[in-house]
Amino acid sequence: MTHVLKIEDLHVSVGDKPILRGVNLTINHGETHALMGPNGSGKSTLGLAIMGHPGYEVTSGSITLDGKDVLEMGPDERARAGIFMAFQRPMAIPGVKMADFLRHATTNVRRPDRKEGEELIPMREFRKELREKMEHLRMDSEFARRYVNDGFSGGEMKRAEILQLAMLQPKFAVLDETDSGLDADAVRLASESIADIGHQKMGLLIITHHDKLLEHNPPEFTHVMLGGRLVETGGKELAVELHQHGYDRIRKAYPDAEALNQKLLAEDAEEALA
Amino acid sequence: MSQTITHAFDAAGFDALLASQSEPDWLTTLRREAFEHAQAMQWPERRHEEWIRTDIRMFQLAKFGLPALKPSDCQLADTDQVHQLVQGVELGGRVETVDGCITKASLDEDLAAKGVVFGSLSEIAQSHPELVRPYLFTAFDPDHDKFAALHAAFMSGGQFLYVPRGVVVDRPLHIGSILTDGGTDTTHTLVVLEDGAEATLLHESNSTDSGNAGLHLGSIELVQKPGSHLRYVNLQEWGHKTYHFAQQKAVIDRDCSLQWTIAAMGSLLSKVNQSVDLIGPGAYSQVNGVMFTEARQHLAYHTLQHHKAESCRSDFLYKAAQQDKSRTVWRGMIKVDPAAQKTDGYQRNDNLVLSNHARADSIPGLEIEADDVRCTHGSTTAKVDEDQIFYARCRGFTRKEATRMIVTGFFQQIFDRITIESVREALGAAIARQVREYA
Ligand SMILES: Nc1ncnc2c1ncn2[C@@H]1O[C@H](COP(=O)(O)OP(=O)(O)O)[C@@H](O)[C@H]1O
Ligand SMILES: [Mg+2]
Repeated sequence: MTHVLKIEDLHVSVGDKPILRGVNLTINHGETHALMGPNGSGKSTLGLAIMGHPGYEVTSGSITLDGKDVLEMGPDERARAGIFMAFQRPMAIPGVKMADFLRHATTNVRRPDRKEGEELIPMREFRKELREKMEHLRMDSEFARRYVNDGFSGGEMKRAEILQLAMLQPKFAVLDETDSGLDADAVRLASESIADIGHQKMGLLIITHHDKLLEHNPPEFTHVMLGGRLVETGGKELAVELHQHGYDRIRKAYPDAEALNQKLLAEDAEEALA
Repeated sequence: MSQTITHAFDAAGFDALLASQSEPDWLTTLRREAFEHAQAMQWPERRHEEWIRTDIRMFQLAKFGLPALKPSDCQLADTDQVHQLVQGVELGGRVETVDGCITKASLDEDLAAKGVVFGSLSEIAQSHPELVRPYLFTAFDPDHDKFAALHAAFMSGGQFLYVPRGVVVDRPLHIGSILTDGGTDTTHTLVVLEDGAEATLLHESNSTDSGNAGLHLGSIELVQKPGSHLRYVNLQEWGHKTYHFAQQKAVIDRDCSLQWTIAAMGSLLSKVNQSVDLIGPGAYSQVNGVMFTEARQHLAYHTLQHHKAESCRSDFLYKAAQQDKSRTVWRGMIKVDPAAQKTDGYQRNDNLVLSNHARADSIPGLEIEADDVRCTHGSTTAKVDEDQIFYARCRGFTRKEATRMIVTGFFQQIFDRITIESVREALGAAIARQVREYA
């Protein structure tokens, strides 16, 4: 059976501010979907809602994984069910070593029924696997001893997210601008790594503003988000068009969505001033 | 409480104590003086800056008796079972006390042959008065307050360590103090390191059961002569109905180093003054403090890093986490005398408040009378970050696992400074035991 992540008519609010206004998206395992759209259109919100961030309230609609209600699950249950997100802005956890964090995470995700306090993956076995994966990603072994995202550069954080993707091997992964804040070499390395780890092996939802990542991970579908809705869906060529010509055509074609997008951005600006 | 009171902290008790001791006259004189002062002193005023956050109205001295005056009245307890700092450590010597009675004292022969003296303070005060008398009550001030005076008058079963000039004690020494339910401990710990001496002392205080009541009226004096190096660890896990009042002070001279680690987990109410005087140029003191509280515990630590000589460095870091309805108080002070130019002083207190009903008071302070110094201080108080929890949950951690991990990480910065493996492990285990079941 092919795994399916299905999002239907999803409405999400932050506080009493509606952000997503009816998103429909079906991702089959093995498919790659590009999610594009101007700033503030709601791309990260969709990812965070898929993971179950408590600040993002689903006011209607559904998310299911193989028919099971994902909205019923806490973020940890979603992770254990095989859903992953590489964060646009990962959190630092000072004092917790990357290796210890990953060992616990990997154990929980691989053994979804594990109870608190039960044994973790044997240290040796885990270290070996981690070392191999890190070598493969051309990461310095010292990385494993550093504290999770603590004092990491933007690029290091993104690479750490890719390492987690490699270790956790989810069924579905949202990659939120995993290629931003990197120099050209690092973008290429990240793109190759993701292709290697996830392309056609997972269901990928790739949020990106660059073309490199999609060159290495050619999407079957490209979706454009504007004002909290997916206004257009096409193939790979849609991503190419948007990279070359930007969002002017989209903004003109969907004035209502564009107006909502502008309204949210204006509110952001107001909040930033207040 | 399981014990009946034979001798109280009063004049009759004091006379009985003196009658039971065969200690030198100079020591008895010190006691008498302290007892007179204690009688004349009031309990601390509630409005006093040191006590304004620490309410002792529930404390009644009359509920506690003196430690046993005759060896035959001493309680026995299985001390090995409660000690945590000794696991996997090759020790050079041990002194164990139960309710202030010395139950075991040993020192390896090779160390004794080098002139190291380690054992019961009262016995050594008789056998080697020349080692004890010049130092006793030189760092500690019996007139600090009524608790200090009472301690000085009624101290019993103390421990003493003396390391002669240039001698390096290459194995840690261990002091274990244990309280049985309702017991009293008035231990005085005196450590003297002569020029160039080195030692590591692991000192832990436990109750036979974590729910025990008890009273600890204690003091620690660390005296370091030039060029000596001491690592001193205090793990305090008194039972959760125990009162703990202590004066802990080090005086360190030229080119000394002192690494002092304190982990305060136990007791119902603690009021501790910890201070380090840096009296010779080039002295360095690092203090690592951990407090982790639960239920209705109240732990108050007042620290002082007193720079009396030039070019000294002091670095105090206290990290505290509070659960349930517990409360910690940390009040720090860096004091720099006019002569102490080129002082490098640092103090910091970070708090992680784990419950809406818990509280952390953090009051850093500077009193600087020299002009060419660098003194910095910092204080943070925060709750566990929900975004960190969410991030960890997205990686498969339950909320409880995430919280545990974040709390452990919070204390890691202290662990990173501790150079003794068994201490890191014991502390890690103590912290893990303390973490509540978070919903
Ligand atoms: N935690 C939040 N609090 C307030 N507003 C938010 C929050 N998260 C997102 N938003 C708002 O939702 C809109 C979409 O944001 P986001 O999903 O981050 O857009 P994108 O990732 O497409 O740039 C923006 O207007 C943003 O300000
Ligand atoms: Mg975004």
